[in-house]
Amino acid sequence: MSGASMWEAIGGIVRRDLLLAMRRRSDAAMSVFFLVIVVSLFPLGVGPEPAVLRTIGPGVLWVAALLACLLSLGRVFTADYLDGVLEQMVLIPQPLAVLVVAKVLGHWLISGLPVVLLSPLLGLQFGLSGESLGVLVMSLLLGTPTLSMIGAIGAALVLGVRGSGLLVALLVLPLYVPILIFGAGAVTSSMAGIGGEANLSLLGACLVLSLFLAPWATAAAVRIALE
Amino acid sequence: MSTDINWLKYSSPQAFYPLAGSLIPWFACMAVALMGVGLYIGFFIAPTDFQQGEAYRIIFVHVPAAWMSMFLYVVMAVWAGIGMGLNARLSFMMAQAIAPTGAMFTFLALLTGAMWGKPTWGAWWVWDARLTSELILLFQYAGVMLLRTSIDDVRRADRASAVFALVGVVNVPIIYFSVQWWNTLHQGASVSMAAGSKMVSTMLTAMLLMTLAFWLYSIAVILARVRCVMVERESLPLWDEKAAVIQETVGAR
Repeated sequence: MSGASMWEAIGGIVRRDLLLAMRRRSDAAMSVFFLVIVVSLFPLGVGPEPAVLRTIGPGVLWVAALLACLLSLGRVFTADYLDGVLEQMVLIPQPLAVLVVAKVLGHWLISGLPVVLLSPLLGLQFGLSGESLGVLVMSLLLGTPTLSMIGAIGAALVLGVRGSGLLVALLVLPLYVPILIFGAGAVTSSMAGIGGEANLSLLGACLVLSLFLAPWATAAAVRIALE
Repeated sequence: MSTDINWLKYSSPQAFYPLAGSLIPWFACMAVALMGVGLYIGFFIAPTDFQQGEAYRIIFVHVPAAWMSMFLYVVMAVWAGIGMGLNARLSFMMAQAIAPTGAMFTFLALLTGAMWGKPTWGAWWVWDARLTSELILLFQYAGVMLLRTSIDDVRRADRASAVFALVGVVNVPIIYFSVQWWNTLHQGASVSMAAGSKMVSTMLTAMLLMTLAFWLYSIAVILARVRCVMVERESLPLWDEKAAVIQETVGAR
């Protein structure tokens, strides 16, 4: 491993995480089913009027995607923390922040990408039209990686802490607010005919910013957890 | 060099403990005095607002509390950053001591805002940019404190909550602007100061006096709390002269 380049290290970690997820498919399937069920509850609770559903649709889909991401955050580091793999990762010569990006990428491919792929179907349930569906997919494609990046900070902070599942929600949800606003805002404004480009640009900016800053915080948090 | 005071001496908890103890009464007395003057000017001298009536007077508590809530978060994050950078125990203790006071001011700002909003806007709560970002600030204070209390190891608790506080301080401006763009109903000038020059000066004086009073109050309370944190962590209250005397008499028996 000592001669491996940074890209090989990233590729290795992502491949390993994907392989582990393939061996335990129910884990990845759970967050997708959670998303579908939560989204289906809203028409039952609010009522089936198409006009109402179309109004709340973007917000509901985004909140559900955010919660699905939150529920799967425990899987980013916990298993590696418990069996000692995380400690080995800290020891290998590649910078920890880069390895963290690989872990987050793996997490996104397993729990974020399915949400993005499923979203047009769920959008149809809420009566979203063609162009809005495209904006919805784009906003989730730009937004869910940011959710994973920010969530990884929280996931690393609560490693091995009692009541970590609830605690990570309390820590991470306030930080998710801007992504939720921009994501749901993009879809809403495209439905209103203004076009969602402004909000999509902001989502892209958030993604770039989080790609730049969050790995440092996550790496620091991992080191603190392993002390 | 020999005449210089070695300020770094006070970065050790042992040296800071008595210094903090002797500073607390001064800050506390000044806070009470300024608060008395500020409230007197605010409630009796400042004239009634012709639009909002007497209800506006709550801004003399509300605005300083809101300022302090944001300011204290930044101060807490700065102490947390210094602690992470220099690995200094006292900095982490200061960050720990600041969080509850900051959360209290955030809650006070929200509470007084609701009390003002009911007669003025006709609603206890509006989903407006400032209110929402202040609410999220309260959540972040809660996160910092909860993260600290759920980790038993003090060193890890210090560092973990420091990372979270620093992440929050990056995020606070983003949250603020996002909610502002999301909902821009709030009018910045709802606290009208354009009703005559005399009114401006008395109202502004009262508000600034209250801000200064809250600032001094925060220092006094934070110093008192940091002393408690020190005693709690070191579990040796020997730095306090009284405690030392008590221990000696107990030991003599």
